Amino acid sequence: MRVTRTSRAARVAAVIGALVLIVLIAAPWWAGRADLRLLGEIFLYLALASLWNLMAGYAGLVSVGQQAFVGFGGYMLFALTIFGGLPPVVAIAGAAILGALIAVPVALLLFRLRGAYFAIGTWVMAEVFRLSFAQISALGGGSGSSLPADIVRSIADSRETREAVAYWMALGAAMLVIAAVYLFLRSRQGLALMAIRDNELAAGSLGIDIWRTKFVVYIATAGLTAMVGALIFLQKLRISPDAAFSVNDWTAFVIFIVVIGGIGTIEGPIIGTLVFFALRETLADLGTTYLIVLGLVAIVVMLKAPRGIWGLIRARYDIQLFPLGYRVIPDQKD
Amino acid sequence: MDWVNAIVQGTLLGGLYALFAAGLSLIFGVMRLVNIAHGDLIVLAAYLGLTVVAATGWHPLLALVIVVPVMGALGYALQRGVLNQTLGDDLLPPLLVTFGLSVIIQNALLEGYTADPQKISAGALETASFQVAGLSLGVLPVLTFAMAVAVIGGLQWMFYHTALGRAFRAVSDNQEIAQLMGLNRRHVFGLAMALSLGVVAIAGVLLGIRTSFDPSAGGARLIFGFEAVIIGGLGNLWGTLAGGVILGVAQTLGAKIDPGWQLLAGHIAFLIVLAVRPNGLFPRVSG
Amino acid sequence: MAEPLLSLNGLTARYGDFQALYGVDMHLAEGEVLAIIGANGAGKTTLMRSVSGLIGNAAEQVMYRGAAIGALRADQVAGLGIALVPEGRQLFPSLSVEENLLIGGRARRRGPWSLGAVFDLFPILEERRAVPSTALSGGQQQMVAIGRALMANPDLILFDEISLGLAPVIIRSIYDALPGIIGEGMSAVIVEQDITKALSVSDRVYCLQEGRVSLEGASRDVSRAEISQAYFGVA
Repeated sequence: MRVTRTSRAARVAAVIGALVLIVLIAAPWWAGRADLRLLGEIFLYLALASLWNLMAGYAGLVSVGQQAFVGFGGYMLFALTIFGGLPPVVAIAGAAILGALIAVPVALLLFRLRGAYFAIGTWVMAEVFRLSFAQISALGGGSGSSLPADIVRSIADSRETREAVAYWMALGAAMLVIAAVYLFLRSRQGLALMAIRDNELAAGSLGIDIWRTKFVVYIATAGLTAMVGALIFLQKLRISPDAAFSVNDWTAFVIFIVVIGGIGTIEGPIIGTLVFFALRETLADLGTTYLIVLGLVAIVVMLKAPRGIWGLIRARYDIQLFPLGYRVIPDQKD
Repeated sequence: MDWVNAIVQGTLLGGLYALFAAGLSLIFGVMRLVNIAHGDLIVLAAYLGLTVVAATGWHPLLALVIVVPVMGALGYALQRGVLNQTLGDDLLPPLLVTFGLSVIIQNALLEGYTADPQKISAGALETASFQVAGLSLGVLPVLTFAMAVAVIGGLQWMFYHTALGRAFRAVSDNQEIAQLMGLNRRHVFGLAMALSLGVVAIAGVLLGIRTSFDPSAGGARLIFGFEAVIIGGLGNLWGTLAGGVILGVAQTLGAKIDPGWQLLAGHIAFLIVLAVRPNGLFPRVSG
Repeated sequence: MAEPLLSLNGLTARYGDFQALYGVDMHLAEGEVLAIIGANGAGKTTLMRSVSGLIGNAAEQVMYRGAAIGALRADQVAGLGIALVPEGRQLFPSLSVEENLLIGGRARRRGPWSLGAVFDLFPILEERRAVPSTALSGGQQQMVAIGRALMANPDLILFDEISLGLAPVIIRSIYDALPGIIGEGMSAVIVEQDITKALSVSDRVYCLQEGRVSLEGASRDVSRAEISQAYFGVA
């Protein structure tokens, strides 16, 4: 009898995943401009969803204010490149670090709130960010600013190359986030997190420092979210407080992705992102009706299938594509 | 004198915020539910008021006679139809379901009324004012504040001097044992939500008379109500009134310094209270 | 024999994967006082919760006055005239002593019990009527819990481990008052760990052991030896 973490499904998935990754890396050569942009957008949403899922599904920190860090990251990109003279790629890393730093005082304040009050508190914080940045005239105040042409050109000379670079950065970000989430959950910290999620009281009595674990998750998520935010606004080339800190774009859609895909699993956000974009591409012309449908679907899923699509699959077939659990394999002769 | 005026106006504004908060506080007290769609329901009530006024030609305050029961019935149906299914130990379902509700309400209002800002006209009430000790007080803000005091006083009285209030407190303490007293908790929760939305109806109509509103205004109203509750302290309705007043005063003082600072000043006051008094200024229970 | 007031027919109950009751058969005639004894975990409280509706069971597993009530909700069962004094008292902390009693009388069924009658029975409660219920001593809280159940003027009253956590002198005084409480016409089921007390006030006794009935008999007739064997399951 032996104990293993992986399974056949996981190994197959890994192989397929590697092949898909190769195809995706090659996308600038086979995909059209619009498709490339769409894929990039998908990757960035996937990253945001995976991060939100880590916080809510694993750490029990439900935030409806992650747009604070998305916008913050975007603004830091602009600030660091325009005023700091940093190359955009470096500025993105800088945005990540600054995002993590600003998250420290934010977390210290917000962690005084619990449960749903914590959630609304994160929203308030996002509003504070939005209102504050709207006061900074150097960055365009209430109407925002555009990324200067010379900074855009410094990424690469031709538009084609720039778009490929932006695409690869988006793909890289998604890979980085998923890998980071996966490795974190496999680590001791991650095990502690899952223990907390399953039974906070028991976890606490085992000596797991709940507060610190959640704090670390919040800070790390904030930093990576800021990084994604920087990438988003690098793509958009223009930033404004309302766009940067939009609840709809950076929180509502992300939440729907995670809920529909399956909260508390790594596979869930991936499925959710695909479903979300499939819906968007087919339904978006309907405007507000599309959002109402999204809201209804999220409510129905939460009430009837709270573990999402992946949860339904997993309950039926008991598979994990990202090996996180442990399995006991009996010997042949048992 | 200007500063005194700002403080007075802020206090009266606090009455409106207390009305936003009272419904939120009630629901949290009875069933530990935080309704993220609360602000959007306030806006919905405002639109409802607008529609009733347009259809009947009545004065908006009279329209309350229709809006309050309709919102109350909506609350009961919502609770029994959807929200009761989310209650339990897990905090995600009620949060995410009410969030979904928020999106639905906002977009349904957008569909029905377009994004144009609207206002409920109340004739003379909108601008009427009277002089007290050299200050000019608007009738509407004073009325709103009086309504807030009356509503909170009424809720307090209900909670502590009626059978329904006993039922609310009992169910909030121990759902299971409350059932042994013959209390159907699904019905009791429905009544609590009906009451909450009745208060929301009053808040919404008064809001609609006071300022212009549009489908996306819900988020800010939720935040103001929430901030008033947290500043005042959980589980204390009078504390919520105090919280609303503090928030209102912070906002008007901030606006005096710089009009663009109004909202930010309120948020900062909230954050300061959160930092030094995380349980609020007059807490009765810990959240 | 007249139809029993309450009968349990093959009552089973589970908590997830754990089965607590394995087909319990019991009956109670009108006006009878039944004692149910058994060790911790034998299923006594599960049985009380099943009868009072806090746990749902198959409808015909609990028959009351000829009606199948096993699947009814607790608030519906309460409306039929069955009241439970729950294990551990479980008063409402937000309510005062008086309010706890008042809420017990919500259903406003007719009968001898009223606020005044409860205060006559337990005068100390009248003195402390406005006090938050959880500020009382254990014995006083038990009085409130009993009073709260009486206020519903039930036909059948269920006592779940009322002696738990109380000093012997308090237990004695409560059990001394019990025959007067149950009085005329009321039927009662008393779940107890204190065997002597349980036998002293009851007509018949059942013993539960690991979710099954291991003994049934008239309280005054069962012997110590029979009880030991049934209680612990040893020969």
